[in-house]
Amino acid sequence: MLLVVEQFLNGLQFGLLLFLLAAGLTLVFGIMDLVNLAHGSLYMMGAYFAATFAAWTGSFLLGALMALGATLVLGIVLEVTALRHLYGRDHLDHVLATFGLILFFNEAVRLIWGPAGLALPLPAWLTVPVPILPGIHYPAYRLAIIVVALLVALLLYLGVMRTRIGMLIRAGASNREMIGALGINIKLLYTLVFGLGAALAGLAGLMQAPILTVQIGMGENILILAFVIIVIGGIGSIRGAFLAAIFVGMIDTLGRAFLPNLLRQVLSGAAASTAAPALSSMLIYLLMAIVLVVRPEGLFPANRR
Amino acid sequence: MKAFTVSKAVTVLLLAGLVLLPLYSQLSGNIFILTLFTRIIILALAAASLNLIMGFGGMMSFGHAAYLGIGGYAVGMLAQEGIGSGFIQFPVALAASAIYALVIGALSLRTRGVYFIMITLAFAQMAYYVASGLARYGGDDGLTIYKRSDFSGLIDLGNRVQFYYLCLACLFGVIFLIWRIVNSRFGLVLQGLRSNEQRMQAIGFPAKRYQLVCFVISGTMCGLAGALLANNTDFISPAVMYWTRSGDLMVMVILGGMGTLFGPVMGAVVFLLLEELLSQITEYWALIMGPLLLLIVLFGRGGIMGALGRAGRG
Repeated sequence: MLLVVEQFLNGLQFGLLLFLLAAGLTLVFGIMDLVNLAHGSLYMMGAYFAATFAAWTGSFLLGALMALGATLVLGIVLEVTALRHLYGRDHLDHVLATFGLILFFNEAVRLIWGPAGLALPLPAWLTVPVPILPGIHYPAYRLAIIVVALLVALLLYLGVMRTRIGMLIRAGASNREMIGALGINIKLLYTLVFGLGAALAGLAGLMQAPILTVQIGMGENILILAFVIIVIGGIGSIRGAFLAAIFVGMIDTLGRAFLPNLLRQVLSGAAASTAAPALSSMLIYLLMAIVLVVRPEGLFPANRR
Repeated sequence: MKAFTVSKAVTVLLLAGLVLLPLYSQLSGNIFILTLFTRIIILALAAASLNLIMGFGGMMSFGHAAYLGIGGYAVGMLAQEGIGSGFIQFPVALAASAIYALVIGALSLRTRGVYFIMITLAFAQMAYYVASGLARYGGDDGLTIYKRSDFSGLIDLGNRVQFYYLCLACLFGVIFLIWRIVNSRFGLVLQGLRSNEQRMQAIGFPAKRYQLVCFVISGTMCGLAGALLANNTDFISPAVMYWTRSGDLMVMVILGGMGTLFGPVMGAVVFLLLEELLSQITEYWALIMGPLLLLIVLFGRGGIMGALGRAGRG
């Protein structure tokens, strides 16, 4: 029981984290029609910034806030110098150019921070276990991730659906020429959206940093997961990304936790313990393949153009 | 006789250079260059196979490295089980790649555009994790192949020069095949589908069937590259199938010029030589390589072949 609740929460937490990453990706994709493989690099940079600033200021929160600002600025710089010129080009060009950016960022990090990973230690008040149900404790930090991510999701929803900027963003997604003709500075809007996506990725990175080590290439595996999510959810749909992210987070976490035992029921011990990790890593891709075969445009396709 | 062009001249020079390379290596005693170029030729073969579906078929596969792994693992696993004959290993490698391509192609071709890019990527990642789970064959750490494929005295893969020429012959064979395919009725239908699928379907061509056949041919060719690659490195590991390797192959195709016959060869040679050169200059070669790719995308439309074509027109 304890294990089930704990893994369930872990799945939720991982799913929400994935949502932060996928939200930026799907916004950029849905609105600018840009495939950004370097999104995972922004996630990595968020983590590195946080580890550096936290060590520098001596405060986790202050470091996290500064890292958030730094990724936002980095995203804007990236958009203005490089990615802006890719809008309207072939998707293949996007894949290639941002693939180059991944190489660049990984190498730059190796140059600046060295090949060894960094650690981002948590302040004491975030490490205490919190009782959530009678007899069941859960780490405060993971709970904090869940709360922050849910809050951000809510803000994002309200921001996109209820504010003027959000209205412009949605309008830009459905018809970019028209909104430009109506006198909206579409370039600025795009830069803003990209910066927002970068900050979300940075937030995901810096929140994940204390749980995993901060290392080169940390953004790549999770980027693929984020892509799987937006493809399952339907490209450009934030609602789809949210549901798919929770779903994928759950499947991944629960699969890793319980699949080995399940397999042991049917297979011999040795075979099960070798097959289980591979199988649980595959589960998500299997899910995506099934979804795409049944619904080639994802579960919640964004409004057609 | 068609007119002389710069791109043709450069292509001929490149091919002549590839043919004469072992001679240079023997004369100068530079063995490293032969090893390097064997690898380049094998990856050029893989890039050429990717170009068939990407450049001519309009199918953007982001999971082509999976075939490198499948072909390689076919060789490695059979060698591990004591079946060393190349006459068994290579056909098995090709067949396994073809079957994999058939299955994932049938599923992936239901989608299009970015979804197609992503689903091929997902399948390749699945293959990657399957390979990581093969505990009997080394799992994550990979599998050392102690004996290269044995062609019972016909050709000795242990001999560097013979192996080099085998790879080169395979590359030329595949390019010849692609040339024939592209200019056949089948190839013309395929290129028609690339430019306007709806219209082709309206004329009455079963689009998916044509694309699937092309997908399988391409996968099989890349499986051949995988079998050669495993023989070249005497080693096969899941890393061969990792998604960045698929990205490398895409880069080679686009760098060289998508949809041209010799573009992928050019791309592979330039990309891998650049990688080699930059890594000799600085440990942080990717720091230069990354922005270079960005610049190529931004300013170099049509890749090297495109640039040569423009140079030819003056």
